[in-house]
Amino acid sequence: MADNTHSKPVHQREFEKKQHREEMKQQVLTFALMILFTLIAFGMVIMEINSYFVIPTLIILAVVQVAFQLYYFMHMKNKGHDMVAMMMYGGAAVAGLTIITFVSIVWW
Amino acid sequence: MSSEDVLNPKQMPHDPEKATLEGRNKFLAFWFFLGGETVLFASLFGTYLALNGSTQGENTPEHLFGLELVFIMTMLLLTSSLTSVYAMYHMKNHNFQKMQLWLGITVVLGLGFLGMEIYEFYHYIHHYEFTFRSSAFGSAFYTLVGFHGGHVLFGLSWIVTLMIRNQKRGLNLYNAPKFYIASLYWHFIDVVWVFIFTVVYLMGKVG
Repeated sequence: MADNTHSKPVHQREFEKKQHREEMKQQVLTFALMILFTLIAFGMVIMEINSYFVIPTLIILAVVQVAFQLYYFMHMKNKGHDMVAMMMYGGAAVAGLTIITFVSIVWW
Repeated sequence: MSSEDVLNPKQMPHDPEKATLEGRNKFLAFWFFLGGETVLFASLFGTYLALNGSTQGENTPEHLFGLELVFIMTMLLLTSSLTSVYAMYHMKNHNFQKMQLWLGITVVLGLGFLGMEIYEFYHYIHHYEFTFRSSAFGSAFYTLVGFHGGHVLFGLSWIVTLMIRNQKRGLNLYNAPKFYIASLYWHFIDVVWVFIFTVVYLMGKVG
């Protein structure tokens, strides 16, 4: 790792700073979308729209919002996150099974 | 770690949190842990979904929950997620003071969230006599939401400890992964909260 910490040229530094700024812009946009989804979700419940329509929509909004959080805020969209994706999708798959199991056992 | 390892913009690796082997190991192991946390919370969500109809008397989800408080809590936690993104932005640009500042703002927002959650539980217990033991719904509710609240408390203590411990050290390759991982944990708390406000509060209100 020693070479990594040596001084590097100014243009390289400027380039990296610019990259970080670009990423920050995307993240602020993500944040705005997440706020928008939250407002839509609360708005639908306050206006008391038909529950057959509302519940699936609420769940879709939550899943999209979480995907934004994982991919943009937690950087899963960046390189070197293949193992990370495997672990999170593995976790999500078991999570889904767990919920289905619990709910169906109590129903029967 | 010697003082030579303190980062400044003239000698910095591109991703300080993954520049050392220890940092990369922490990064990977922490995501492994988050995968496990997902399953842990799923079992609590499953329990809640299975039992939220087993209520006692008037204390049903529809009757208890107030959306105003939940909305403010959601906004606080969502904003704190963005402020910790800002903290990591400044970490990548090796600006230690600004990183500390944004982490401080994150902590204040998190404390606001925790305070409101404590108020919420207090309100349910004293005004509705809705406790952990009143019904299966009560047990499932307090376990799920309380477990999340416990994570918030742990996350706050973690970030504050890191901030105080490294105040005089500045940023180096040894503590950059620690800050990065604490911020991942904080984002994950927000991920769980998105499902809590959707599944528990909003779906509870819809009925």
